[in-house]
Amino acid sequence: MMHFQLFKGSTYSGKDETMDTTRRNFLGTAASAGATLAMSPLIPTWALSASQGNLGLPGLTGSKFDLTIGKFPVRIDDRAGEAVGVNGTIPAPLLRFREGDEITINVKNNLMKDTSIHWHGLLVPFQMDGVPGVSFPGIKPGETFTYKFALPQNGTYWYHSHSGLQEQLGHYGPLIIDPKDVDPVSYDREYVLVLSDWTFENPHRVFAKLKKNSEVYNFQKRTFSDFVDAVDDMGLGGAIVDRSMWGAMRMSPTDIADVTGAAYTYLINGHSTADNWNAVFNVGERVRLRIINASAMTIFNFRIPDLPMSVVASDGLNVRPVETDEFQIGVAETYDVIVEPKESRTFALVAESIDRSGMAVATLGPQPGMRASAPALRERPTLTMRDMGMTHYGAHGAMAMNEKPKPVMIHGGMDHDTMDHGGHDSAEQRHDHKRGAGVDMVAMAPVNRLDEPGLGLENVPHRTLTYTQLRSLDQNPDKREPQREIELHLTGNMERYMWSFDGIKFSEVVDPIVFNEGERVRMTLVNDTMMSHPIHLHGMFFDLVNGTGDHKPRKHTVIVKPGEKLSYDVTADHIGDWAFHCHLLMHMHAGMMQIVSVRPHMAMNDHDMDHNHKGHGEMDHGGKH
Amino acid sequence: MTPSRKLLAIALTVGLSMGISPSGHAQGAEPSAPNRGWSMADQYWGAEEMAKSRAAIQKEHGGMKAYYVQADRFEYRTGEGDPHLLWDVQGWYGGDKDKLWIKIEGKYAIEGDAFEGAEVQALWSHAISRYFDAQAGVRHDFAPGDDRTFGVLGVQGLAPYWFEVDAAAFISDDGDVSARVEIEYELLLTQRLILQPRTELNFAIQDVPESGIGSGLSSAEVGLRLRYEIKREFAPYVGVSLERAVGETADFARADGEDPSAVSFVAGLRLWF
Repeated sequence: MMHFQLFKGSTYSGKDETMDTTRRNFLGTAASAGATLAMSPLIPTWALSASQGNLGLPGLTGSKFDLTIGKFPVRIDDRAGEAVGVNGTIPAPLLRFREGDEITINVKNNLMKDTSIHWHGLLVPFQMDGVPGVSFPGIKPGETFTYKFALPQNGTYWYHSHSGLQEQLGHYGPLIIDPKDVDPVSYDREYVLVLSDWTFENPHRVFAKLKKNSEVYNFQKRTFSDFVDAVDDMGLGGAIVDRSMWGAMRMSPTDIADVTGAAYTYLINGHSTADNWNAVFNVGERVRLRIINASAMTIFNFRIPDLPMSVVASDGLNVRPVETDEFQIGVAETYDVIVEPKESRTFALVAESIDRSGMAVATLGPQPGMRASAPALRERPTLTMRDMGMTHYGAHGAMAMNEKPKPVMIHGGMDHDTMDHGGHDSAEQRHDHKRGAGVDMVAMAPVNRLDEPGLGLENVPHRTLTYTQLRSLDQNPDKREPQREIELHLTGNMERYMWSFDGIKFSEVVDPIVFNEGERVRMTLVNDTMMSHPIHLHGMFFDLVNGTGDHKPRKHTVIVKPGEKLSYDVTADHIGDWAFHCHLLMHMHAGMMQIVSVRPHMAMNDHDMDHNHKGHGEMDHGGKH
Repeated sequence: MTPSRKLLAIALTVGLSMGISPSGHAQGAEPSAPNRGWSMADQYWGAEEMAKSRAAIQKEHGGMKAYYVQADRFEYRTGEGDPHLLWDVQGWYGGDKDKLWIKIEGKYAIEGDAFEGAEVQALWSHAISRYFDAQAGVRHDFAPGDDRTFGVLGVQGLAPYWFEVDAAAFISDDGDVSARVEIEYELLLTQRLILQPRTELNFAIQDVPESGIGSGLSSAEVGLRLRYEIKREFAPYVGVSLERAVGETADFARADGEDPSAVSFVAGLRLWF
């Protein structure tokens, strides 16, 4: 069937959800908002469990919304906390639009601080993109800001604050744009799954603690007993060589996630595992799950044991359906999957953090209120020399870390063919960017890892999704070859908790990355760190160069794996200044952010001349402050 | 607009109009591309408002200051001699590159009810490499009847194989030169039970009889502390510490009727915030 059904529980019929949640902004008025709301006053209607009356998403479209940003109390895992968010709920209200509509959203700021809303993945005019200091000045306390924009697209997206660390406090919500034409994806029932990470600690304190001791949340380090096990595995000599290799580099193979289950309660639709978000299905139905990773710092592995998933969209745009059993979802990525449960039993919806320090489990079952049994946490993965951007495993590689890379010749032109195959390109890597205290390593021989499922999923006993499996359903709108290539390095120093692009923190940036209107640019990202970074470009989709020809998956966020070098092509068709950053909130806060400035043609003539293409040597004087 | 922001805004404006690039680069920009700053939103929201929020967002993404206070050793020591209290606290305030670094160390004899010396160092600490800071500043020793001031030059950081190193040279107001090297290591028995070997070596270029110090390696201390991190920030410990005066320093000690070596049992708290 081509259209989704509306499941209107009696509580919802005829009501605009946004109105409900606005009323619930203040707890004092919650009681008046109906029985269901009183049961769970801090969860928006779309995120309620089946046991609370939610039998599928209510179909809501509108073109005018009022949102209020404020502080409010929440209860998570039966513990009281204080959140900052939209209309008094975590997650924020589901905004449901129709493609082609003109939208007006009034956002009132009830905080004592500035706030903002960024429409993640939406192709809005840049002055409506919601990034303070880039697209607008932010929303001041007490002020109401009106966002107005048209919707040239459809799919699953989300929205969140781009101010301070408000995302960590609950300022995020889902957004669906229904296609104006027939949806190529058919389904009988749909749910949104907003994955997130909640901490009772003040996020500024979390960041400060990482600056003081970057391993403060890691309780899965290698210990003496791991060493004893290693001796069993590889002999005393092997264990010592392995330990000393990591030790020589002052790197930890267990440095997978900066903030872990030690600080986080992981949530699905605002529900912890204990709070068990549950949804219903009828056997034989096609159920569409719109999965959004709205975490601040958590890359998740998502799976539904015993239930294959057919991935039909990524980052809002349709892909050729691909069946899988598990996928890694970076912060800010979205995946739409179709599941067709054929048995009348419960299924666990499992979002496990990449470092396996915790998870959120929800239930899909034939009846409301059921609880699927949660699988055990799997063993934490460890990094390998491959994650360091080294092809050779051995003490020799470790030595090389302390040396400057050998100068190598670089070929002037671009090698489109090599990259287009999505294959492994292990040519020695140039590093022309700034080094110094903020860059603790560089990838000597980074490789394209788009055909790998993501850290820790290499050896799981079932199918895993890779980026090379994603093929756009529609042909790419711009099939031109890129005219030039911009290489950008993801850099950092874990020990000092510094993060940057090309060794330059955003606080030190003077020059944005400039695109000229209409040009086709290849951006190549080289990950010189040991962490996976979900990198997000505002304002334009990019076509991930994964060997799929003119059906490259078009995305707004991509995980760049440790030691990886990947490319995507962007058509600079959207004039404006656009934020470009790692979507791990604390990395962005530490400086892993830049601006992509798409300049109109005419501006080219206004300026001059003395910005001749600088030799890379001259570029190295960044950061002298 | 605060004065500092105003200055920044003026500096930026001047910098932009003069085409000066104090830092940063746009890798891969077209030769003729104008690439100073970003200001397209000014036309919608006003240049002044945007300049303020630009300065704020940049500062917020990588330019913040932080602080750290750590009591690595805060302990009760007992053994062959009188019981003592010892504190070894350091802290910093600043950004990623430059910090004000304060170190305080001292010893107090419980039975004698007397400070047996305390020192304070105030240092400017500058990140010189991935894992090391260079530090320069002053040290002042408070000793009964013998206050002394030193100039300090040192390095502190993380050496290969995870050794925490703090090495400094001191020159006193009398021109005496000495040096100290402290090295610590952490062995994780479990995620929270941590064994910390620690060594401290003191050197002197020349004899300083009034302080009882002889030239060369003057004293060494080796300690082993076992702590349990109830929280990462809060860890009680027990341990043992062996102090030994060496060479002429030992002779000075003997001449004073003191034992040049001492074993202490310690119990204390390791804290940071």
